[in-house]
This record gives sequence, structure tokens and C-alpha cells, in this order.
Amino acid sequence: MHPSYLGVFLTFARNSLIRDMTFRTNFLIEVVSSMSWMIMNLGFYTLVYQFTPDIEGWGKYEFFVFIATTMFVNSLVQAFFMPNAQELSELVRTGGLDFALLKPIDTQFLVSLRRVNWSSLGNFFVALVLLVYALPRIENFQLFWWQILLYPFYVLMGVLILYSIMITLAATSIWLGRNQSLYDFWFYITNFSRYPMEIYRGSYGEPLRNAFTFVIPILVVINVPAKILAKPFNSQGGGMAADWRFLALFTLFATAASLIFSRWIFKKALGSYRSASS
Amino acid sequence: MVARVQTWWTILKICLEERLVYRGDFALGTLMRFLPIVTQIFLWTAVFASAAGNTIEGYTSETIIAYYLLTMLGRAFSSMPGLASGIAKQVREGEIKKFLIQPIDLLGYLLLARIAHKLVYYTVAAGPFALVFYLCGDYFPPFPGMQVFTAFIISLLLGFALGFFLEASMGLVAFWFLEVTSLLFVYMLFNFFCSGHMFPLDFLPEPYFTLVNFLPLKYLAYYPAAIYLGKVPPEELWQGLLIETGWVVFFIILSRYLMNAGYNRYSGFGG
Repeated sequence: MHPSYLGVFLTFARNSLIRDMTFRTNFLIEVVSSMSWMIMNLGFYTLVYQFTPDIEGWGKYEFFVFIATTMFVNSLVQAFFMPNAQELSELVRTGGLDFALLKPIDTQFLVSLRRVNWSSLGNFFVALVLLVYALPRIENFQLFWWQILLYPFYVLMGVLILYSIMITLAATSIWLGRNQSLYDFWFYITNFSRYPMEIYRGSYGEPLRNAFTFVIPILVVINVPAKILAKPFNSQGGGMAADWRFLALFTLFATAASLIFSRWIFKKALGSYRSASS
Repeated sequence: MVARVQTWWTILKICLEERLVYRGDFALGTLMRFLPIVTQIFLWTAVFASAAGNTIEGYTSETIIAYYLLTMLGRAFSSMPGLASGIAKQVREGEIKKFLIQPIDLLGYLLLARIAHKLVYYTVAAGPFALVFYLCGDYFPPFPGMQVFTAFIISLLLGFALGFFLEASMGLVAFWFLEVTSLLFVYMLFNFFCSGHMFPLDFLPEPYFTLVNFLPLKYLAYYPAAIYLGKVPPEELWQGLLIETGWVVFFIILSRYLMNAGYNRYSGFGG
């Protein structure tokens, strides 16, 4: 008999919420501090846009939509997967993974979704506000029904790609025993995804862009949904690889491939797990 | 006196050896820390490509990259990872008691440990730093002359002292609040924005620029880079360093005061 995955997940989510609500002040502080981080980021770009009308074709409010997309994707990843991936390397080190393996449920599901960090969802609402603020201020802005459908869909695809990369990285801690610089690495890799892909040009930029689009697909994570919403028609420069229609198709493939690849890595890593004597 | 120097020397030596254990991880970590610079280069190239003039507030598309690289150097001196949170943890978990019993001064010990940490860091990081600065050589203006260079080195060293005593003071607040994580986070955010780590402070519109100019945070990243890039007029150079010294003295006194006041407040239970 199979356990109800949805039921188990809802229980996890509820338990995490109860736990978060036990320390309410701490919860509030976490929400506020991650918000202030994003507000500083916005301040930085407001400053930059005082000196320039656009960055590689991204006007100020189009870029704000880009930032809002970054916030949507990151807050979802941080809420659902980040604390769990972090814990996985700790579970491996202490041998606590034994208990996860014994449970009659898929191990990847269990270790990926055990905790929900509700406070990270604070930024999700900031992103909504930012989106509502920025969208009508884009020049000649029109909203089509397919944009409203595709945008959340591709935000979700982005979350899944990032999840795959994260769980792949976390799974390496099974081989390495412990992976301290995991989060540094994560930070530096995803750092590339936080900018419009058009800025990577020139003899160094092109290969970099291609590598981060087609080898490790982190550039499509935010660029594709942001383009769908903010600039669905004008795709100047960069040729075919910057056309969102092509990229959107590719993203479907990339998401499926990353999920399958990360699943394969995870299983392979589990196969060589040797329990720490506890 | 001799015995005392010997004690300090032993502590320094032990800390040095402790630090050298993880040198491989260290070197790799340092090299990775330059990765964000890559995106910064692309971002600013794009900004300058569509900006109205060739310069933004006196920065060209080259000097802005030099600025970011120089602030990284400045931060290599002034940033104190784990110092404040380490002190707070020692207070919370009662480990601080050993400094009450042993004839070692808490701040003195931490300073030595930090110097050892930094010395190891510089020897290991010199390679990656030299490599990146060599690769990015074209972004730098010509050598600014001995006087400015001396001032630059002094500002780096003062930056270390300021960073240490400022952060130690933050950590010592734990004697009153125990849990200072959120305070430290706010400080970190503020520091990132106001020290010039995120962007050159010259970009700030008035009155914010004047306001930030009065804060000690600018000495942690902005000031050394500004000196090297000739943003500080020669007649204000030594005056600026003097003010920085003033801030260092202020935070030395503040941290001493907080430590002693904290000791008086502290009550350790259990063992």
C-alpha cells in the first residue's frame, strides 16, 4: 500500500507552521530581515537606473519585474527545499539518514520536503506587491491571457530546476561525508541567474551564457518567466538563443532533464551511503 | 613582560597552525569568492553601454571594476567572519568563563587569533588575488604614486583594526541580549550597503552621501578603494586617515568598556 504523498506533505507543512509559530518573534524577524535584503537590492537598482535608461534592453520597470520573478523563485526554493537540503548533509554526517531510509515512503520525497520554512514566503508577497507596482508602469504594457497562464508555470519550472541542482549538490555530501562549501557553491552558481542573460556577451560572455543555459540551465530559471511577462515581443540581440519562445520550449526539456538527472544522482549516492555508527 | 610576550607568541603560533589545517579548502574558497566579480563586470559593462555619458559620477567602465576588486581587498582586511557571533556564542554557552579564570585578556586573545587567521588567509589568498588582479590589470588606472599608495596601505591596516573592534563591540552586546543573531544580520545588511561593498558610495544622491560619509562603515570597503583610485583629494588624505584612527580608538575604548561592564553583569551557572 502506498502512503498518501499529499497527506504526508500537508502534515509536514502543518508541523513546520506550528513550529514556526512557537517562536513568533523570531519568525517575524526572519520575515523582516529577508525583506529588507530585497529592498536594499531594489534600492541598488533604482540607483543604477538613475544613470542609465536601460540595461541591455531591460528598462527600469521591466527589470523590476525581473527582480520580482527572482523573488518568487527564490522564496519558493528557500521555503520548501533549502532547509531540507541543508539538513541532508547533516543527516549524512550524523547517521540520521538511517531513519529516513527505514520509512515506507520515497526517500527523496522525505528528505526534500520534510520542513517548510514559512518565513521565506514573506518575500513571495513582497514580490506580488512589486509586480503589481511595476507591471502597469512598463511602457505600452499589455497583458494577455497566455501570459497569465505561462508566467506561474515557468516560475514553477524554474523552482524545479533549482531544486534539481540543489538536491544534486546535497547528494554529493553522501559521497564526501560532509560538504561544507555546499552553500557557498550554491550561492555563487545561482548568482549568475540573477541577471538578464543579455548582459553576458562578447567573447567571454557568449560561452558563459551558453554554458549556463544549455549545460547547467540556471539562466532560464528567471529569464524565461520574466521575459514572458515583461517583454513578450521585443527580443532584440542575442539571436535565436535569446528568443523566449525558443527558450521556453528548451526550458521544458531542461526541467525534465534536470529532474531525471538529479533523481539518478540521488539514487546513485544513496547506493554508496554507509551509515555513520550511531 | 618577557613572559607575557611569550604567552602571546605561543597563542599566535597555535592559532596559525590551527588555521593552516584547512588550507586547500581556503584557497578554493577564495577563488570562488571572485565569481560574483564576473557578473559585476558584465552588469556594469551593460550599464555603461547604455548610459548617457562615458562616466558615472567620475567612474568609467574600467575604474568601476577596479573599484569592486579593490573593495574585495579592503574587505579581506576589514571583514571579520564569525567574530561577533563567536563572542555571542561563548557568552550564551558559558564558555566565556575561561577568560574570567585564566590570566588571558578576552579581546587580546581574540585579536591574536584574528591576526593569525588573517596572516594565513593572506598567504593562501595571495595566489588567487594576484591571479585575478593580474587578469584584470587593464581595469586599473596607472600606479597612483608612493604617497597615495602608502595612504592606501595604512587605510587597509586601519580597516582591519576598525573592523575588529567594531565587530567585537557588536558581539559583546550579547552580555545584555544573549541572542544577537538578528542584530548582527541587520548590521551585516547595513554594512553591505553603507560600506561601499555593493556600489561606490559616490553614486548615492544627497543627502544620503553626506550622511553615509559620517559613518565609520565607509572605512571598511569604500575608503581604501577611493584612495587608490584618486577619489580622495591629496589635502584630505591624511585628515581622513586621522578621522579613521579616531574611530578605531573610539571602538577600542567601547569594546573594553562593554567587556568589563559585561563581566560585571555576567553570571555563569553550571559547568
